[in-house]
Amino acid sequence: MKETVILRTANIYRDDFRLRAFTFGEGEKALCIVGSSRGNEYQQIFMCSRVLQRLKKLEAEGRFEENRQVMVIPTLNPASMNIGKRFWSIDNTDINRMFPGYALGETTQRIAAAVFEVVNKYPIGIQFTSFYMPGEFQPYIQMIHTGYENPEKARAFGLPYIVVREPRPYDTATLNYNWQIWETDAYSLYSGTTAKISVQGAEVAVDAVERFMICNHILKGTPAPAADVRIFHYDDLLTVRTNCSGLYHNLVPQNARVTAGQALAEIIDPCTGEILETVYSPADGVIFFRYDDPLIYAYTSSFKILREDA
Amino acid sequence: MLEDIVSIPLPVEETLRIRKNVIRNGEGKRICVVTGIHGDELEGQYVCFLLTRILNRNPELLHGSVEIYPAVNPLGIGSIQRGIPGFDLDMNRTFPGSDTGVMTEFVASALVNDLAGADLVFDIHASNIFLTEIPQVRINELHRDTLVPLARQANVDLVWVHGNSTVLESTLAYSLNAIGTPCLVVEMGVGMRLTGEYGQQLTTGILNLMRVLGIWDGDVQPVSTPIVADTEDEVIFLNARCSGMFMKTKRHGSWVKKGETVGYVFDPFQGKVLEYVNAEKSGLLFTIREYPLVDEGSLMGRILVGGGAAR
Ligand SMILES: [Zn+2]
Repeated sequence: MKETVILRTANIYRDDFRLRAFTFGEGEKALCIVGSSRGNEYQQIFMCSRVLQRLKKLEAEGRFEENRQVMVIPTLNPASMNIGKRFWSIDNTDINRMFPGYALGETTQRIAAAVFEVVNKYPIGIQFTSFYMPGEFQPYIQMIHTGYENPEKARAFGLPYIVVREPRPYDTATLNYNWQIWETDAYSLYSGTTAKISVQGAEVAVDAVERFMICNHILKGTPAPAADVRIFHYDDLLTVRTNCSGLYHNLVPQNARVTAGQALAEIIDPCTGEILETVYSPADGVIFFRYDDPLIYAYTSSFKILREDA
Repeated sequence: MLEDIVSIPLPVEETLRIRKNVIRNGEGKRICVVTGIHGDELEGQYVCFLLTRILNRNPELLHGSVEIYPAVNPLGIGSIQRGIPGFDLDMNRTFPGSDTGVMTEFVASALVNDLAGADLVFDIHASNIFLTEIPQVRINELHRDTLVPLARQANVDLVWVHGNSTVLESTLAYSLNAIGTPCLVVEMGVGMRLTGEYGQQLTTGILNLMRVLGIWDGDVQPVSTPIVADTEDEVIFLNARCSGMFMKTKRHGSWVKKGETVGYVFDPFQGKVLEYVNAEKSGLLFTIREYPLVDEGSLMGRILVGGGAAR
């Protein structure tokens, strides 16, 4: 393992802003893995640190193929994580909305530019990303539909779900989108949580990354047997939207199989304890996303359900 | 008359209400004044106050409708937050929204539906807490032909026609202009403050446009002719080369000569100037940094060079 500093900028009262990258193997650039880009992506930096530990071990065991080099960048935004803020410390901008960056632009544009110059040289990129809502997801690979994506290649992760999503206007400034536009095969790996650490979710992600590296001839070995894979479009998920605001109480575990009409959650009046709303499943399926926070607003996606027959 | 556009119960003993004040006399055209999308931008509050007061005092001079939306992000304004609290989301990236979407999308959609069909919409912003701006209208080049003639009558100092970008397609103004409801984005002053003279200046501009649209019979002070900067004109961005504290030495709206210092970055520890910020070319300094702390890259000012400034 080699360590490099890919960006360092001085700050008047805080320590230097420093981004470290770790490389494994030698020779041709094969794969780049990026961890958290926001200050609350604790699970994403944790996953990256676990990947780093795994790669260190695999490298010591001589498992890297000849002429294959892998880079891991655990975080793009340590400055925000240290102060418990999701976005940039001063101006609240989102580094993952600044790609491909601009080296002469504003602070987060410059960070994105410095990062992109490094990561853009890799033919394959994996980003550990998060969902903006509090809750838990099934582990899955997401690809943005740009015309360059190939969901079949994502089977190498061995994860049970591959999701293709249409780009929204803001996607054009994300790392994943720009990687793809600049001809890197880009994958977003969702491991389940964001602000809460899930050790199990991280283990699933680390195994998936290792399997992907074996299938892509970066690591020697035989890939572990894969789960049955479902490839589907994000819009195929059924969104269960709440009608009331209040205290939120889940009735089913994440990942549960549910049937149409089954009660999934309750929304309770915080003062009186009256049940304001019971959230029911609209179909038979699997809970793909489950909201998880003490309070919920009306018109919130409390569940995303993957139908059996979708 | 106050009307609810959106009314959504919040979790604990409170309802989120987005309201407008409808002032109507006769069946004439409708203009809408929207502000507060960014909860830390308050300059539009004073415009709403001045305009409503004038209309209240002279109801017979109005021949149409004026609808005033002073707080379309009430939770943001109420908690001094730029975005939508609870989501950490820029409301001006949620349009056109969806009536079957999540709360932020639902609110965005309700607002667009309410404004759709107006003869003219003002979306008043106040830069942000970092930068002070001269009163200006910003126009996406896609809507130049419809909007520039209107903006020229708005009593602003500058009309800036800028290039389109995909990210901007989720703004309120883009969504309205795309459906044929003309919307002028005004930027003026600075976040978290009120600038009295700018409020008065824009109120005069709104009254002038009401007169142009044929719904206002009252006297209007003469309006000034703005500089129009089109996409071929050069705008120089002054970005900090290092982190420190910025002291401005030129006011926004100053004409600066090439090489002239507009401010400097200093280090209080060492008592040293770290960087003099000089104009790379002569022109109109239409933006200047207000918030002292800068990172490397922080924007400290903008200078309009090209034809617009020379005219
Ligand atoms: Zn604004």
